[in-house]
Amino acid sequence: MHGHHSPVPGDGPASGLLDQVEEAEAALRAAAERGRPGAPDGHAVDADPQEYFTALIEADQKIEPRDWMPDAYRRTLIRQIAQHAHSEIIGMQPEGNWITRAPSLKRKAILLAKVQDEAGHGLYLYAAAETLGVSRDELVELLLAGRQKYSSIFNYPTLTWADVGAIGWLVDGAAIVNQVPLCRCSYGPYARAMIRICKEESFHQRQGFEILYTLAHGTPAQRQMAQDAVDRWWYPSLAMFGPPDRDSVHSAQSMAWKIKRFSNDELRQRFVDMCVPQAEVLGLRIPDPNLRWNPERQSYDFTPPDYAELMRVISGDGPCNRQRMARRRRAHTEGAWVREAAAAYAAKRAGRGPAATRPAARDGRAAA
Amino acid sequence: MSDHARTLPGAGDGGRTPSDDTSRPANGPARHGGWPLWEVFVRPRRGLAHHHVGSLHAPDAELALRNARDLYTRRQEGVSIWVVPAAAITASSPDEKDAFFDPAADKVYRHPTFYEVPEGAPHL
Repeated sequence: MHGHHSPVPGDGPASGLLDQVEEAEAALRAAAERGRPGAPDGHAVDADPQEYFTALIEADQKIEPRDWMPDAYRRTLIRQIAQHAHSEIIGMQPEGNWITRAPSLKRKAILLAKVQDEAGHGLYLYAAAETLGVSRDELVELLLAGRQKYSSIFNYPTLTWADVGAIGWLVDGAAIVNQVPLCRCSYGPYARAMIRICKEESFHQRQGFEILYTLAHGTPAQRQMAQDAVDRWWYPSLAMFGPPDRDSVHSAQSMAWKIKRFSNDELRQRFVDMCVPQAEVLGLRIPDPNLRWNPERQSYDFTPPDYAELMRVISGDGPCNRQRMARRRRAHTEGAWVREAAAAYAAKRAGRGPAATRPAARDGRAAA
Repeated sequence: MSDHARTLPGAGDGGRTPSDDTSRPANGPARHGGWPLWEVFVRPRRGLAHHHVGSLHAPDAELALRNARDLYTRRQEGVSIWVVPAAAITASSPDEKDAFFDPAADKVYRHPTFYEVPEGAPHL
């Protein structure tokens, strides 16, 4: 797949995560085969909608857009999916900074493809959010007005090329650990979007790992640059899993609804346990003096991230919050004429009648 | 009833788009800065049918096709794409548990497993 010797361990955690995505997809299909609880032919019209909703969740069935759902379930999903979509869109900026300065044509092409994927992921997620009755325009406005959040991690700067590697390895790695369980989310459109996204994300994580591996085995200066990037990105990546369980506001209800499957701290631990052996392969040090194997827990003990810093960055006071938002607003404003021109052109062509428009499905008018 | 979805007359509260991933609640939004919603269908390979893969916003059919290519076939997932205005699709029902499909429920004789085949009857 990479076309040359990739240092990524083939049976390592990354491929383990991909297996989990495949399993989630198989579970989704199996649940669809099983059908709805107690009503194979759909005779549940008289059931109380709340009871029916609960029965679906308990039977591990997916909730679909046309199903009745509690308002709070809908609101929670809109908030979470929108925040996730915004993160993909804003997340293009830190790496986008390095497209023009990538060290080779190969790296530039790969980075372009990766950033294009992030845009695609944002669009899958906006589409999933729209099934809940909110419009794309509303979501974009909420982001630009600062009324909906995006992941705090993208408010940190990318100072060197090695940061692109550290983002791929740590930030995308943390995102995958967070997102793989979302492939089993109870809301169908979100689960399906996540399956698609996770399959694509694994390329992102591997390209980052490969960049760091190359630098770590290069000149002393390159090695130092890689270590410096890991030093700066480690704790912000740990913070991506959110506040500790004792302070997590949304967790309990989201777990009951099967939107969330594991707690913040469980996922953070999983991420640390995954990274330690990978760091050894890289030959880079994880910047935590307290990191050590705990045989009783069969996990690594580690220093938690600075949650006060996380809260500061979330509330708008991170190193790059203002810059990221200003850039997004500018792009939106500067793109207005393109959107308007395209709409005007479409309206003009529509006015000429059907002969002017090319049929979309040229290889068969009747859907098979 | 939202203007991007049409539902069969008399099929419940209506106002929702047809396919699972794209159905919006009644009075839901239809447009994105004046750009309508399109449903995207992809034929993965020769010999397979087009399948619904998702939706997107675009000002016209041509841009919808180009956007669909960039959004849903970045990794050679398809050899053919259809884009259909979501508003042009008529949905059978607003939810998945009404009486629309009842007529099929009591006709088990439509399935080959309904019939008893005597032992030894070949080619059945």
